[in-house]
Amino acid sequence: MVPETPDPAAERPDDASPKADPAPERPDSPEPSGDSVGTPLVRFEKVCKRFGDTVVLDRLDLDVEAGRHVTLIGPSGSGKTTILRLLMTLTQPDEGRILIDGAPLDARARKTIGMVFQQFNLFPHMRVLRNVTEAPVHVLGMDKDEAAERAKGLLEMVGLGDKLDARPSQLSGGQQQRVAIARALAMRPRVLLLDEVTSALDPELVAGVLDVLRDIARGTDITMVCVTHEMNFARDISDLVVMFDGGRVVESGPPEALFHSPRHERTREFLSAVR
Amino acid sequence: MRTWDWSYTGHVMPDLLRGLLVTVEATALGSLLAFALGLVWALAFRAPTRWVRWPVRAVVEFVRNTPLLVQLFFLFYVLPSAGLTFSPLATGVFGLGLHYSTYTAEVYRAGIDGVPPGQWEAATALSLPRRRVWIAVILPQAIRRVVPALGNYVIAMFKDTPMLAAITVLDMLKQAEEAGAESFRYTEPITVVGLLFVLIAYPTSLLMRALERRLGT
Repeated sequence: MVPETPDPAAERPDDASPKADPAPERPDSPEPSGDSVGTPLVRFEKVCKRFGDTVVLDRLDLDVEAGRHVTLIGPSGSGKTTILRLLMTLTQPDEGRILIDGAPLDARARKTIGMVFQQFNLFPHMRVLRNVTEAPVHVLGMDKDEAAERAKGLLEMVGLGDKLDARPSQLSGGQQQRVAIARALAMRPRVLLLDEVTSALDPELVAGVLDVLRDIARGTDITMVCVTHEMNFARDISDLVVMFDGGRVVESGPPEALFHSPRHERTREFLSAVR
Repeated sequence: MRTWDWSYTGHVMPDLLRGLLVTVEATALGSLLAFALGLVWALAFRAPTRWVRWPVRAVVEFVRNTPLLVQLFFLFYVLPSAGLTFSPLATGVFGLGLHYSTYTAEVYRAGIDGVPPGQWEAATALSLPRRRVWIAVILPQAIRRVVPALGNYVIAMFKDTPMLAAITVLDMLKQAEEAGAESFRYTEPITVVGLLFVLIAYPTSLLMRALERRLGT
């Protein structure tokens, strides 16, 4: 991840520069990540996004290397969620470009990106299994039985192997969110976007969701981009934390470094406010 | 004032029940047409190009804001002069269906607008094709929440079917009128027609209210 912005306040100390970091080697991953050396999996080039008169993103440059687990932090309104929504094509940039593996983000590239939402957004009229098989069958053209088998495996992985025939409304928020994670994984995404995925959950349900995400982070080569207010989540899952404010990157670094010795006053203020 | 004649009532009953059958038939077919056409309008309201949106909107507003009876007369007396001739019942069903489709279109529109944005976003995040988004995600949720409203329009349409008598359809009212014209006794047939309407419409509306409660929670 290489955050670059013309803002002088965003100059990064060299030791926190992720540019020098190669994408983590993951010999256990069966699928080649496919990115050529030097091409980040996700690249924002001078992306601007405005809502009315409000500038949400201001000429944002941001790279995410394949296999990274990146957490975006910052005060509300700093544009973190907008970054995820732009990547998911839920909204369009006003200026600049977004590249996936060096190519413009189009409908085909979108299929390699999955997203988990704060409010789960499961399809309430479909049973749990069908929530997970719908896209593999109708987007990837997967055989129905094969999709069902894979979905069962994923639902077992998230601890819901006994809820295949349940309706979303019969599940707790934590269970619904785990179904949503399985649904996103069923599309075999290269990038998984997590938008405040534990914010809508009762505190006692958060751990189950975090466990699942930790397993994904450790056991797969999926690139993760998270937005969260929970610093423990950021510390736990990510290998890079990026602090945003006013639509720009303030600083970035490994979670321990950034949390313990933030370089910028804005980061210090923010961290003390959320702790 | 003459008293109620039960034997005359029994005498006209078969004709009235035959008329009831026509009334129910017209309502059922008219409803199906209204459900289907209304959905077409509602989807056309959201077409990406205004060359579809505007003409459809104009037609729907025109039909909604002219009386059903005028439309029935137009279909029945004017279309044949253009070479299009249908049976009175077919004309009536088409008139009812077309007229009520302009109401059901608004019902569908509200139902579609009522589907939370998160559902569209989830469908986009899964890259579901547009067709599939409508068929599998949006419409099942939209229609589910408008079933009671659609049901209420069926009842309203049922009560509008006597207008078909004006274009010679032998519905309940027309049967009652003919019976009366024959015997000069209108009290029994017209009263029975009213009762039959209540007997069907009231339980149906209770059913719709119950459905509304069930789907609403």
